[in-house]
Amino acid sequence: MIHFVLLISRQGKVRLTKWYSTYSQKERTKVIRELSGVILTRGPKLCNFVEWRGLKVVYKRYASLYFCMCIDPDGNELEILEIIHHYVEVLDRYFGSVIELTSLIICRKAYYILDEILISGELQEPGKRTIVRAVAAQDSLVETVKEQTGSISTIIAQASK
Amino acid sequence: MGSQGGFYQSKEFLDLVKSIGEARSKAEEDRIVLGEIETLKRRISDPDIPKRKMKEYIIRLVYVEMLGHDASFGYIHAVKMTHDDSLLVKRTGYLAVTLFLNEDHDLIILIVNTIQKDLKSDNYLVVCTALNAVCKLINEETIPALLPLVVDLLAHPKEAVRKKAIMALHRFYQKSPSSVSHLVSNFRKRLCDNDPGVMGATLCPLFELITIDVNSYKDLVMSFVSILKQVTERRLPKAYDYHQMPAPFIQIKLLKILALLGSGDKQASENMYTVVGDIFRKCDSSSNIGNAVLYECICCVSSIYPNPKLLESAADAISRFLKSDSHNLKYMGIDALGRLIKISPEIAEQHQLAVIDCLEDPDDTLKRKTFELLYKMTKSTNVEVIVDRMIDYMISINDNHYKTEIASRCVELAEQFAPSNQWFIQTMNKVFAHAGDLVNTKVAHNLMRLIAEGFGEEDDTADSQLRSSAVESYLHILGEPKLPSVFLQVICWVLGEYGTADGRYSASYITGKLCDVAEAYSDDETVKAYAVTALMKIYAIEIAAGRKVDMLPECQALMEEFLASHSTDLQQRAYELQAVIGLDAHAVESIMPSDASCEDIEVDKALSFLNGYIQDSIEKGAQPYIPESERSGMLNISNFRNQDHHEASSHGLRFEAYELPKQTVQSRIPPASLASTELVPVSEPMYVRESYQTTIVPSASSDAGSTELKLRLDGVQKKWGRQTHSPATSTSSSTSQKTVNGITQVDGSNTSNSRTRETYDSRKQHVEVTPEKQKLAASLFGGSSKSEKKPATGHKIPKPSSHVVEKSHARKSSMEIASEKKASFQQPPDLLDFGEPTVKSAAPSVDPFKELEGLLEPTTQVASDENHGSTAAAATKSPDIMGLYTETHAGTYDKDDSDILSGLSNPPVTNMFGGTTSMQVAQSSKGPNLKDALEKDALVRQMGVTPTSPNPNLFKDLFG
Repeated sequence: MIHFVLLISRQGKVRLTKWYSTYSQKERTKVIRELSGVILTRGPKLCNFVEWRGLKVVYKRYASLYFCMCIDPDGNELEILEIIHHYVEVLDRYFGSVIELTSLIICRKAYYILDEILISGELQEPGKRTIVRAVAAQDSLVETVKEQTGSISTIIAQASK
Repeated sequence: MGSQGGFYQSKEFLDLVKSIGEARSKAEEDRIVLGEIETLKRRISDPDIPKRKMKEYIIRLVYVEMLGHDASFGYIHAVKMTHDDSLLVKRTGYLAVTLFLNEDHDLIILIVNTIQKDLKSDNYLVVCTALNAVCKLINEETIPALLPLVVDLLAHPKEAVRKKAIMALHRFYQKSPSSVSHLVSNFRKRLCDNDPGVMGATLCPLFELITIDVNSYKDLVMSFVSILKQVTERRLPKAYDYHQMPAPFIQIKLLKILALLGSGDKQASENMYTVVGDIFRKCDSSSNIGNAVLYECICCVSSIYPNPKLLESAADAISRFLKSDSHNLKYMGIDALGRLIKISPEIAEQHQLAVIDCLEDPDDTLKRKTFELLYKMTKSTNVEVIVDRMIDYMISINDNHYKTEIASRCVELAEQFAPSNQWFIQTMNKVFAHAGDLVNTKVAHNLMRLIAEGFGEEDDTADSQLRSSAVESYLHILGEPKLPSVFLQVICWVLGEYGTADGRYSASYITGKLCDVAEAYSDDETVKAYAVTALMKIYAIEIAAGRKVDMLPECQALMEEFLASHSTDLQQRAYELQAVIGLDAHAVESIMPSDASCEDIEVDKALSFLNGYIQDSIEKGAQPYIPESERSGMLNISNFRNQDHHEASSHGLRFEAYELPKQTVQSRIPPASLASTELVPVSEPMYVRESYQTTIVPSASSDAGSTELKLRLDGVQKKWGRQTHSPATSTSSSTSQKTVNGITQVDGSNTSNSRTRETYDSRKQHVEVTPEKQKLAASLFGGSSKSEKKPATGHKIPKPSSHVVEKSHARKSSMEIASEKKASFQQPPDLLDFGEPTVKSAAPSVDPFKELEGLLEPTTQVASDENHGSTAAAATKSPDIMGLYTETHAGTYDKDDSDILSGLSNPPVTNMFGGTTSMQVAQSSKGPNLKDALEKDALVRQMGVTPTSPNPNLFKDLFG
């Protein structure tokens, strides 16, 4: 199981966090501080895994962003590495270019996509196309809902007032 | 969908993000965020903000919280957003809520209702969003409110919903297994779902269920195998391909499940061989995901019932990992090696240099993994090198978590394999000196016990040597400044017990040292307490030996200080010391016998030695003792509490009406016994009589029937309840149970300990490389292969049980001994360094020859003949223990051999081997030597020596 997902910039700025296990706000800050200290200082050719407090953290750098996932000690690290890559590919397909992400990553879409890939710390959907389709469906529906609220429902609401 | 469509961020927000991105220091960032919090606090409480603005504020809150600041003032607004009708707003609300709240947050109760409503929505996207929130937010108390809705969704027409519903159920199961245990069959049903995504999601909960209870899912082996087969044959839609691999994530999950199902189950494993073999063949080892699947295959192969061909493929894959330039693959290779080594110890030999490279790699992660591997292969011949390396590394790191772990490993290895007492004590000293405050106090107690009990050999001189070398080294170490508290405790204890035992040091010298310790560490109460007790022991020994005791002046000063200490514990110890010093030799000897720390103290709970005295008193007319439970009329607060507690725990609220009483007298007792029916049926005649006497008076005056009931409701009933309650009997029974539990637990830990111990074994033969590495390799892997075999095994075999049992912190009570016997029954394989889980699972009654035949199927007839011959010879030649031993383990050895044989004599199989160059060398040079080597092997076995891995001599001969 994945305990949390972290996206940290090369400067140690947090871009996205998602906690699947329970951590208090204080612990979260501590975890981020500790891990960014460990991960950002590692050389480029070392392995992408870090043993940390009896758990394992798998990280990978894309452009100036570090994607980190923390897993149980008996997990398959290479698989997690691929889940990260999977996520990046989906983000890439959705946004166009990952480099752009550094500024955009904080937006909700990154979370929505992550929610489609992982649920309660497990990989739920390995099909890239399915994910993009799901997110797109949500978007288009949101659009239509918005149009409706713009037209019918507001009229009704106003009328009923 | 255009990339710009989804987010509407105001300039303000983008500026914020930008300024934080550009902030140079943490302080600057904090300042910006605090400003932002102020703005948000002000604006968000504004009653009529447009929804769109509100949405942005919530996202900004998420951002603020992500940066590590408190955004709890806005949580309630996020919760409010989930109630919104518009999906767009609702989603943002749910997203924020899942990011903000933990499952035990108070606000969750406000969301449950909304989630209920949304789960019933006819828009599947709303349902999906709600299910996402369910997975994160629902806790044990709120599960019942949503469970039926989620179960209904399992049959939803949209696969996305079914998938999430499965995951939600899985989450429920994790939170509270009992609440969904009746729904487990749903997971099985969903395994056959048409949509591969749903099927894949089902594997997560099934994996967890199977981990807990393997046996009830054995029937699914064939289904899993056939699914895996279909996946590898690319029968799934193309959309599930990932980097040209067919659904690798599903493959990995399935392999994990198969590993669990096939563990120790030959029949189930046989079904898996083909498909796992196929994956090995088809896997593309050039891509990362291919390697991920390969690694999972290795894990699977090392977990299921071993199959020589698969083991070969696994070894092959491992050597590819280790030879790779990528650190990731090396890491995985080391990990996989650690798994496979349990089954076929010989594979480590080809990789010894790779392992040493990893050990010296600058990458910490890789280093640690390698230490883990070494820990698994430690045996008595290489323990010194390995533990020394571990300690060096331990000293060099700062990470307390890992330091603790590696320290306890060092201790464990030292306890198990220590070649000499000297070395053992020195190693322990090093560990304690550098990581003393990190190691578990249990370790310290183990060390004391070990010094007290010795290594279990019935050899008193060795034990006393151990003790005196301990005393000597401790006296030496005491000179160093700043020792960890735990270590000082050990030192004090040992000095107290054995400081003067060998006569080398005088009592005044030792007491002087102890006083120094107590003074130097005056802020550590525990150490001082240990020191005082040690002093007391030394004086007691002196007095018992008839020598005159004169306290050193500094010691006296110390005692005076302690007599007035704020710590009652210290005070008591000091007073005890004073009292002991005043006693005569005989009394001292009986209260503090020397070197009796391991003796059992028998506690006579019944106090039977007082029987005579009691008899006398009764004859003189004293009242006999009435147990508390049978006394009446006195209310006891603690009993009250007991009663309340029991009622609450056993009954909760009672809904059934009281029985109407028939007779006044009888009615007195039933209410009480109603209250605690199953607990205590005390029916002592005396008690009944007494209660009659006390109660008849009120009952005569009170009316019968309804008033009776009322009376019971207030207070009176409790009085009655208490009496029947008999706390004495109930507590005694519960304590006895506890001890039983304790013992079984101890037993369990013993066996589990030994289980982890069982595998430290492997050996390597070396190829030529740089001299330093060669040396290290030799000391780690093979250097002492010849000398190791004979003394080590020969020494150990004759008395396996006593040896191990002594070590495994034996405690003595009759029950314990029984359990130990049980444990020692399972021990022999551990002792003999057998890392073969199958040996464990296959009962000893299994015919070794049958097993042999099964294993030898793929090999040539000649090979099997030879093997038969050798085992048979060994079995007949060696009597009892040896015979037993060979019988149980013959299968394994021969399998190892047959591996080699099949590799050597079977051309197609040899190709499988091809990947490793070293093996190719072996093949080219093997020709004439092979037979010789095998004969030698057989000969060695006939002599009754049992190599722990396929005979190293054999390897030497093969390698030339």
